Amino acid sequence: MHMADALLTPEVGGTMWLVSGAAVAVASRAVRRSADSRQVPLMGVLGAFVFAAQMINVSIPGTGSSGHFAGGLLLAILLGPHPAFLTIASVLVVQALFFADGGLLALGANIFNMGFVACYLVYPLIYRPLAGVEASGFRRRAVTWLAAILALQLGALGVVLETTASGIAELPFTAFLAAMQPIHLAIGIVEGLITVAVVEFVARAEPGLVDPAARQTGRRVLAPLAIAAALISGALSWFASADPDGLEWSIARLTGEAEIAVPENAAHRAAAELQGRAALLPDYAFPGADEAAEPGWSTPNAGTTVSGLVGGTLTLLLAVAIGWALRLRRNRLSAWPR
Amino acid sequence: MNGGGHSLLDLGTLDRLGQGDSAIHRIDARAKLAVTLAFVLCVVSFDKHAVGDLLPFATFPIVLLAVSGVPVRFVLRRLAIVAPFAVLVGVFNPLLDREVVASVAGIGISGGWLSFVSILVRFALTIGALLILVATTPVPALGRAALRMGAPRVFVTQLLSLYRYLFLLAEESRRTLTAYRLRVPHDRPPSWRAFAAILGQLLLRAVARARRIHEAMLCRGFDGEWRLIATPRMSGRDWLFAVGWLGFFAVLRLVFPAHALGLLLVGG
Repeated sequence: MHMADALLTPEVGGTMWLVSGAAVAVASRAVRRSADSRQVPLMGVLGAFVFAAQMINVSIPGTGSSGHFAGGLLLAILLGPHPAFLTIASVLVVQALFFADGGLLALGANIFNMGFVACYLVYPLIYRPLAGVEASGFRRRAVTWLAAILALQLGALGVVLETTASGIAELPFTAFLAAMQPIHLAIGIVEGLITVAVVEFVARAEPGLVDPAARQTGRRVLAPLAIAAALISGALSWFASADPDGLEWSIARLTGEAEIAVPENAAHRAAAELQGRAALLPDYAFPGADEAAEPGWSTPNAGTTVSGLVGGTLTLLLAVAIGWALRLRRNRLSAWPR
Repeated sequence: MNGGGHSLLDLGTLDRLGQGDSAIHRIDARAKLAVTLAFVLCVVSFDKHAVGDLLPFATFPIVLLAVSGVPVRFVLRRLAIVAPFAVLVGVFNPLLDREVVASVAGIGISGGWLSFVSILVRFALTIGALLILVATTPVPALGRAALRMGAPRVFVTQLLSLYRYLFLLAEESRRTLTAYRLRVPHDRPPSWRAFAAILGQLLLRAVARARRIHEAMLCRGFDGEWRLIATPRMSGRDWLFAVGWLGFFAVLRLVFPAHALGLLLVGG
């Protein structure tokens, strides 16, 4: 369920980068403060372990298909939320770089969907309070299982929300949701079973490995959560108000006016001024590109579309020709003995 | 049953490519990382029906491919493997947006087809550029570049140590899987029960390995800090690469040369 660059707008991708980047910074500080030098190789090796696990496909009963293991909750249980979050984030970076899963801009969204959700939402808010202190038993198993399912469901919901907010794909929210959630429910049920079984297996062999974080206070975990909430709501409201075609457009349709008359007062003016100064992308386009970009936003004009296609194809051919010439030159150069 | 074998192979290929030598390989990793980021941002910032305006951006990956000697077939194959998600989500665009927005030789083109093709072009450009970045830059250099550009040291350390153990554990995982396959009468992926047992074994071995590594590190004076070799300064060539490409992207993003060229040819 990797989000892809091609489906994201810079606004949505950038917001998710901001959130995930802030969470990585907070988690890094927490890990550094804990000053446990054993963590360094353990995190590295467990990150590699997630990869190794993903190289084995597992059959999903009843579907005939196979999936692989995400491991977010498992790592949170084994390492505690901060180290687990950093480990998953690093796994996702390597996946983006080496397996081209998602892409550079989508990295923020992917770290949020698969790392943040499991480590900072499901682990502290669902798993920790409900699992109890017993290392085994029915309750522990059931909570682990449900938490793993929930982590995947929320992650899939994140993909749907980010795709819809970007609006590059036309797929309606409800249809996409109806496709994504059941698929990830099936995957989540298996992932949950595996998580439960692995935790039990490890707890039997080495009880000390499971839930080291349970012995510490969980209060610090709330910091990234609060920061993320503030960043997301701040960034979303910023884009919502700078966005000329979404919210305002529907309001204009409803009221027949361009904008609802804003009650004039000092607070509003100050906020608007601040927003004007803070906006990197005033009204969506890059500064200076307004005239050119604006007409093509959602109603492409027939003439410019055709000429754009023709010109674009031509430049593509030109680029390929240049590339071919460069490659020929390189080959000729490397044929010479050095 | 071995979806993983292929990706392991690719990982090795990319690692080997990254350690190659060419004019592009020699460019400072910071310059390449910054230019690639700017490239991705420029490509995704176009409106959803843009196709013609996106195509000139292909110059960047094509020139880099040509100069660096990274095999084109490798990049294309990798693109094909990861394409399904973007394609599956985008393929509904032609069905949902049927408004005809242009016509070529009497055949109407709907907005949906245009935006679907746009998604495919975006996908090929962004992922292609990323693959070329990794295929021309060794991972430790990328880590140092990220550190110099403000990534937290703990995180960069984690990335590099993950990368170091990746090949080892992948190999271990493959050996375990082979052992499993030799002992079962069928050729199917393991059931979740068997998988959990395999995973538990792998996990215990991984943890034991981490302990040995930690002891070895302590013996060599490890104090919790992973030291990285200092990066050299950016040379004139690196600056030229960065500024040149950023300028090129800015021109493509602001001037739309594809339109001008097309207008010149079709006059409309």
